[in-house]
Amino acid sequence: MRAPLSWLREFADVPPTMTPEEISDAFVRVGFEVEEILLSGDDIYGPLVVGRVLKVETITEFKKPIRWVELDCAEPTSRSVICGAENFVAGDLVVVALPGATLPGGFAISQRETYGKTSNGMICSARELGLSEDHAGILVLRPDTAQPGEDALELLQVDDVVFEIAVNPDRGYALSIRGLARELAASIGVAYRDPVHAIDTSSLPISAGGVEVSIDDPSGASVIYIRTLKDFDPRATSPLWMSRRLEKCGMRSISLAVDVTNYVMLELGQPLHAFDREKITGRLHIRRAGTPITFTTLDGQERLLEPENLLVADDIRPLALAGTMGGVDSEVTDETTTLAIEAARFDPVSISKNSRGHRISSEASRRFERGVDPSLAEYASARAAQLLISLGGASHVASQKDGEPRFTPIVDFDPTYVSKLTGADISLAQVEKMLTLVGCDVARITDAHWRVDPPSWRSDLKAPADLVEEVARMVGYDSIPSILPPHPVSPGLTRTQLRRRAIAQLMADRGLVEIQTYPFTSESVIRSLGYSGPRAQAFRLTNPISDDAPLLRTHLIPGLIEAAVRNLGRGIRDFGIFEVGSIFQNSRDLPEIINPLTDQRPTAEQIESIYSGVPNQPIHLGGLLIGKAEKEDWRGKGRDYDWSDAISLVESVLSICNLDWTIANSEFAPWHPGRCAEILVDGSVVAHAGELHPRVISEFGLPARACAFVVNLSALPRPQLTRAPFLGTFPSAVQDIALIVDESIPSATVVAALRSGAGELLESISLFDRYSQVGEGKVSLAFTLSFRAPDRTLTGAEVAEMREAAVDSARTQLGAILRSS
Amino acid sequence: MTSGEDLNLWVRNALSEIAGTTTLDELKKARIGHAGDKSPIALASRSLGGLPNEQRASLGKLIGTARAEVSAAIEMRGEILEAERDSRVIREEVVDVTLPSARGHRGGLHPLTVLKNEINDYFIAQGYGIAEGPELEAEWLNFDALNMPADHPARSMQDTFFVEPLAARLVLRTHTSPVQIRTMLDRNPPIYIICPGRTFRADELDATHSPVFHQVEGLVVDRGITMAHLKGTLDLFAREMFGSQALTRLRPSYFPFTEPSAEVDVFFNGRWIEWGGCGMVNPRVLTACGVDVEEFSGFAFGMGLERTLMVRHGITDMHDIVEGDIRFSRAFGVGI
Repeated sequence: MRAPLSWLREFADVPPTMTPEEISDAFVRVGFEVEEILLSGDDIYGPLVVGRVLKVETITEFKKPIRWVELDCAEPTSRSVICGAENFVAGDLVVVALPGATLPGGFAISQRETYGKTSNGMICSARELGLSEDHAGILVLRPDTAQPGEDALELLQVDDVVFEIAVNPDRGYALSIRGLARELAASIGVAYRDPVHAIDTSSLPISAGGVEVSIDDPSGASVIYIRTLKDFDPRATSPLWMSRRLEKCGMRSISLAVDVTNYVMLELGQPLHAFDREKITGRLHIRRAGTPITFTTLDGQERLLEPENLLVADDIRPLALAGTMGGVDSEVTDETTTLAIEAARFDPVSISKNSRGHRISSEASRRFERGVDPSLAEYASARAAQLLISLGGASHVASQKDGEPRFTPIVDFDPTYVSKLTGADISLAQVEKMLTLVGCDVARITDAHWRVDPPSWRSDLKAPADLVEEVARMVGYDSIPSILPPHPVSPGLTRTQLRRRAIAQLMADRGLVEIQTYPFTSESVIRSLGYSGPRAQAFRLTNPISDDAPLLRTHLIPGLIEAAVRNLGRGIRDFGIFEVGSIFQNSRDLPEIINPLTDQRPTAEQIESIYSGVPNQPIHLGGLLIGKAEKEDWRGKGRDYDWSDAISLVESVLSICNLDWTIANSEFAPWHPGRCAEILVDGSVVAHAGELHPRVISEFGLPARACAFVVNLSALPRPQLTRAPFLGTFPSAVQDIALIVDESIPSATVVAALRSGAGELLESISLFDRYSQVGEGKVSLAFTLSFRAPDRTLTGAEVAEMREAAVDSARTQLGAILRSS
Repeated sequence: MTSGEDLNLWVRNALSEIAGTTTLDELKKARIGHAGDKSPIALASRSLGGLPNEQRASLGKLIGTARAEVSAAIEMRGEILEAERDSRVIREEVVDVTLPSARGHRGGLHPLTVLKNEINDYFIAQGYGIAEGPELEAEWLNFDALNMPADHPARSMQDTFFVEPLAARLVLRTHTSPVQIRTMLDRNPPIYIICPGRTFRADELDATHSPVFHQVEGLVVDRGITMAHLKGTLDLFAREMFGSQALTRLRPSYFPFTEPSAEVDVFFNGRWIEWGGCGMVNPRVLTACGVDVEEFSGFAFGMGLERTLMVRHGITDMHDIVEGDIRFSRAFGVGI
């Protein structure tokens, strides 16, 4: 909302010594954010006067045509000036800067010789006066809006400050000069005059005749006034003071009838609509559209009305989308002489639906959505009618109304609640004063029980807490002390949170960089990566930012690939990246949810139904390994990332979580079917790791052999309480064996066979060599077995026996052959 | 028979040869020649057995002395030569320690993670717990319970991501406030929590907005909690984030879930910056969660992590935070 200081001063006694910044601070203190302070005329100095063009002579001997203009400026003799513009004729009223005046940019006006003449001043354009950007020609005032010789600076209200103010959605009343002046006066502690008090409605009584009105749907409006006027002069123009104020508030002057409705809306906050009375058939109705029907609004758009849309209609058709935009058929034209001025208190929710449904945010809908003072329908319609009567020569036919204003109920209030909630020491007298200042009527029943009647314009003051805010705001949030609440004992991070933090730290330590990607994806990505099952069942957004990514991600790899491609595109070739985040799989039927009311805690069943309606969203760790793990340097060629790096990273995660795991070959998209491991904890798959599928690598333009891993962190169990290990102190005996087995037998299977044969005294087993040149389809695996007994030194015979048993087990289970050394 | 002169000669020869050795190998040769089994002194010693007792005793003594003299010389020379050899080896093994030594890549955490950890640790020290919840959230928890009824403007599709089917009433949470609601439904006061997490609004990505962003919210519900406690908490939090010189300012504002409500500004680098929103928890919200408003009151606040990060670290473009360029994350290390 733009508020000119000159207009605010009409209702609030702002001291003349206050600077625009001080006034802005006063607004901010009570909760109105000043987004911009617009200064106009601060660099313009008079004398500037109104002049009437007496004679225009065109001089043609120069490169461009020049006009020699004789002006009546109510001086003893006429004044002549040179002017380049051509958009005026004799008889027009213009603004003349006389010698001695200064225009914006320090442009000093003086008497000067030019084009062989003595020019005695300058005719000004709107831009030169700081009024608008219009520089198409000079400013021509409408006929009869001024007299020659009048001070143009004052007439055009050039010198002003306009505050651009952001109004919070609960403060509809402040979308008006009336409301903002009240806040400003309260903030700086000066007198305020409510413009409504100056409106006398007695000359516009409710009487038979004129347009009649009925509220057919009381849920749509509480009260409506229609004032019918006749003999309106359609050629009457808006006076300068009115059009200038509209312009300063960012609206264009259109016609007297439209300007008056806009002016009263800006002044009081009540949107009004002017109908051409001749175009109304029968009476006006406030009703729902009921059936889908098309309707053309003032902006020329044909709209399909929804059944629940609130309308202003006559007996046969819709005339306006209520509170939002009028219809093109009942518009006031330059031939309209009879007017019906409508002012209503529409239901905010209905108007909000009208506005959002049709994507129209109008000056009217913005105010109705936030709630309009219900007492204004009567007064604002009267004010508009009176302006049309005095400025447009109209006369009152009759006024009609339906409904009654519904006011905010009285609030039972314990004033000590103010200090209890704010922590500031505010006396009861102060509480009363501040509530009165914002317009409340306070009745003290006892010191702990007041009955507070909120003013008509504050439909947002419904509960004691709302009143506390008003008092705190008016006293000033600065006066609230700053103290810390009592310190409870913190539970610290949960195990899960600690784990997640340690895992991210681990990844960073291992040289990977954390990134965060948007969790949106598409069917084509799901197809490209070959996802099936739950990972192909994605949630769909009703209103995605981009139609290219309307689904929620089901796996972290696509986002990581996208980020990897971006890094590759920026010349970064060797890197590891990881992300920790939720994934979303739409793998079960979602129940239909009924939202419970909020006037009390929902029942246990209702809470359970809400909770269980929210799908499980496991948190995954995903990583992508691109290019070299170690770069070529003075030590040698470096080393490419390979599938085993991906598995090793997963193992490091499980290892710091103190979990045991097993590994098996797996075929799982988007990995290479021959180079993918699944990692199991307690028999459940918790991770996959390996090389990406060559098709995926080529489709996304990744370097060959790119590797990836994903760990479902939410699936990692809490480890068992650790039993302290027995630390054997007798010497261990080490035995090496090399076995030749079929290449198809996983090494983990060979280890398991050896382990089962070796017995309980086997302390560790590790593969130290793998050699494949031992015959077609065969491989040699060399292991170190370490044995230790808890209570004695093992003898050579015992060790040889256990070694033999281990080899026997591999031979019988897997056909392994002991390689002779 | 060996004479004293013989021994003196042998010892002199030995000492002179030992002194002339320049390597440990030469010294070893000298030792074998003059103190080994076949050295003249050893041979003389061996022939003692054939001598009469008195001669044996006197010559034996002389031989012992000669042996000791030679051994001492060998040992002394040995120490010198070993020291020389050691220092030569050390000299030969000198390397250029400025050669690049790192083998793998330098990793790093995303700066949002670093900031989140910092905030979590700070509030844990203040006695708070860290509460988390799902990103795809029940509409009732994200809106209704927060005094944002069905007709509230923020619930429109222009602002909020809805998920199909609409009857399931699921949204991508627009703030982390549903975590506050879950906490109040699940536990009795006193409650001291912060809720960090990812949030969503249907805004296009530009230099200062992202449809996916992060918040940290705080909630305190206890007996006798006032706005003064809110102010004290924010003052200290601001100093933790922006340095000991940071000032805060509360401006009256409007949020459906708080009453009174305020915007928090921070004075940082010479100007006031909008940092977040806050207020006293609206009694309607407490009531919807079954908290007795006669006994308990509470405050809540919420800040954008991206905004905090941008202000604090001079980040001018949101794209850097969301694009995953590893050079960006890497610059922030892991926050220690």
